[in-house]
Amino acid sequence: MNMLLLIEQILNGLQFGVMLFLMAAGLTLIFGVMGLINLAHGSLYMIGAFAAAAVAGWTGNFLLALIASMAAAAMIGALIELSVIRRLYDRDHLEQVLATFAMILIFSEGTRWVFGSFPLFLNIPDYLKGTVTLPGGIEYSLYRLTIIGIGLAVAVGLFLLISKTRVGMRIRAGENDREMIGALGVDISVLYTLVFALGAALAGLSGALVGAIQSVEVGMGEPVLILAFVVIVIGGIGSIKGALAGAVLVGLTDTLGRTMLPVVFGSFMDPSSATTVGSALASMLIYILMAGVLIFKPTGLFGGS
Amino acid sequence: MNSIFIKQTIKTIGAASALALGLTAPVLADGHGGKVKIGLITTLTGGGAGLGVDIRDGFLLGIKQAGNEGIDVIVEDDQRKPDIAVQVADKMIQSEKVDIMTGLVFSNLALAVAPATTAQGKFYISPNAGPAQLAGRGCHENYFNVAWQNDGPHEAAGATANKMGMKKAFIFAPNYPAGKDALTGFKRMFEGEIETELFTKLGQTDYAAEIAQMRASDADGIFFFAPGGMGISFLKQYADSGIDLPLVGPAFSFDQTILPAVGDAAEGVLNTAQWAPDLDNDASRAFVETFKAEYGRIPSIYAQQGFDTASLIASAAAKADVKDTDAFRAALREADFVSTRGKFSFGNNQHPIQDFWVRKVVKDGDIFTNTAVEVAIADRQDVYAADCPLKW
Repeated sequence: MNMLLLIEQILNGLQFGVMLFLMAAGLTLIFGVMGLINLAHGSLYMIGAFAAAAVAGWTGNFLLALIASMAAAAMIGALIELSVIRRLYDRDHLEQVLATFAMILIFSEGTRWVFGSFPLFLNIPDYLKGTVTLPGGIEYSLYRLTIIGIGLAVAVGLFLLISKTRVGMRIRAGENDREMIGALGVDISVLYTLVFALGAALAGLSGALVGAIQSVEVGMGEPVLILAFVVIVIGGIGSIKGALAGAVLVGLTDTLGRTMLPVVFGSFMDPSSATTVGSALASMLIYILMAGVLIFKPTGLFGGS
Repeated sequence: MNSIFIKQTIKTIGAASALALGLTAPVLADGHGGKVKIGLITTLTGGGAGLGVDIRDGFLLGIKQAGNEGIDVIVEDDQRKPDIAVQVADKMIQSEKVDIMTGLVFSNLALAVAPATTAQGKFYISPNAGPAQLAGRGCHENYFNVAWQNDGPHEAAGATANKMGMKKAFIFAPNYPAGKDALTGFKRMFEGEIETELFTKLGQTDYAAEIAQMRASDADGIFFFAPGGMGISFLKQYADSGIDLPLVGPAFSFDQTILPAVGDAAEGVLNTAQWAPDLDNDASRAFVETFKAEYGRIPSIYAQQGFDTASLIASAAAKADVKDTDAFRAALREADFVSTRGKFSFGNNQHPIQDFWVRKVVKDGDIFTNTAVEVAIADRQDVYAADCPLKW
């Protein structure tokens, strides 16, 4: 494998990781502040993609579509927080899982009612199409590069929000001691709705960004949801920094594993069994990574002790 | 947070992920008592639902048009999960007492359901999945396939690649039974050399890593099999990658169910199937017209396969009583129906002998569709038929 290809694959891994981060950030924030396991997070991702596809279809404007995806996901997120989720904070994790699982079913079938069973069209806008040549002669997709940029910008934004602003201070306080912050006169329920809507908006944005290069269809959120859970377990539940580290780690492991393993096995096996063994092992790799991290750091890389 | 709490949480998340993987969904059913009872299990919810919906719609249209009295169809959803498909099939056979099972889209599901159905003395008539395991030594006198053995469309793609002048091919398919059949089928007919051969994850939606390998390889063409959403994702990402190697593949990635979602990215690509919407025969023209009138969209190959399956069953039901298994089987073997693909007959393993077409993706007004170009391989019978001990 040559150097250029390796660098391109690292960029691909980074881009995949950044996408996962957008999903995982919301998930880990919601868990950290409210202690809630939200399985419906994948549905919010799907809602973002469908909203973007619909708006792009009507207006032809990709930027509007992205805004719509965040708005729609945040709105629906706030709505379910107010109507259902807030009744779950004091409950057992199992009950949270059951209730949010029910929501996946409702959202999936609801989306099918509204949009039909066939995948929707959403494409990259013309100004982001094609490739750019990076220093060193690497040809790389402009759109994927944009995704990396947006993801890193969101990461910086979230970091500033949480460490420098008043809302962020309350979020951190909420993570540490829910009852105390309530007793100090902070309206905790408004804070919860806000955090939930923020997480939902990030999931929606992620769905819209990915929707343009993948397939906008019912059920697109669940595979990503599972990866996002892997990310937050690796990174440490409740930690934004952990979500970023975990996401990039998972993205790189998956992408590099997929391309390197068959090559590695090919050096001492015949090509066809190397392909079979390599690709089988590659699909397990991130779970092996997760198991490895949990053995040495049971609370995840950035988890509290 | 203390670590015991976290451990608890991780356990719950594990359970949660398992639940999310096991997504269930409501079940559709319609039907009542009658002379021939058909159980149609197909994928109607979740990813891949578009394919199942088309099989169902084509099948129901075929039954309606055949006009037989007393054919009843019960439709249920398999959610694309083998365990659910087996459960539903058992229920249909044991409590609904169906005579014929049909409908499954995916090979891994068909491999779970078809042998169980034939073992209980019922017919399984496949409108899509045709895994190699059921075509060769594992063939069964009560198992029919009306679509193709899985290798077929890929063999045709191999022949097409030869014609396109491809010498070094980069080939990939998802890692599951039909994906393996796909690469086997392509390699059987392709005369050039295989530059790279890859298996991707089933359900994979990001192909950046594979596309980077294509860019770095010195292949002069790409063969791929990526049904449903996987195909949409790959085509969009490939179109954006700036690589201009010619593509060829089976129709599953260029079908009517997904072309609208792919857009310009697929235009002009050659793909192979047993049928195209503009095939030049009366049965096909009539089918396309009535399907459009009934459902307001152009039928896909899945709809066409569902339609032909229904026509076959109706033709046999008109000749023999389904309770007389031997007579009904003989009637099915005759394949005495007007197929929308023109020629159609069964080989000894009860899989079709048929022509495969090269089709080209074209833009017709605002709609992307396929047009038949030429026959890729004529009168093709699958190679597994030779291993099948059935004699008639």
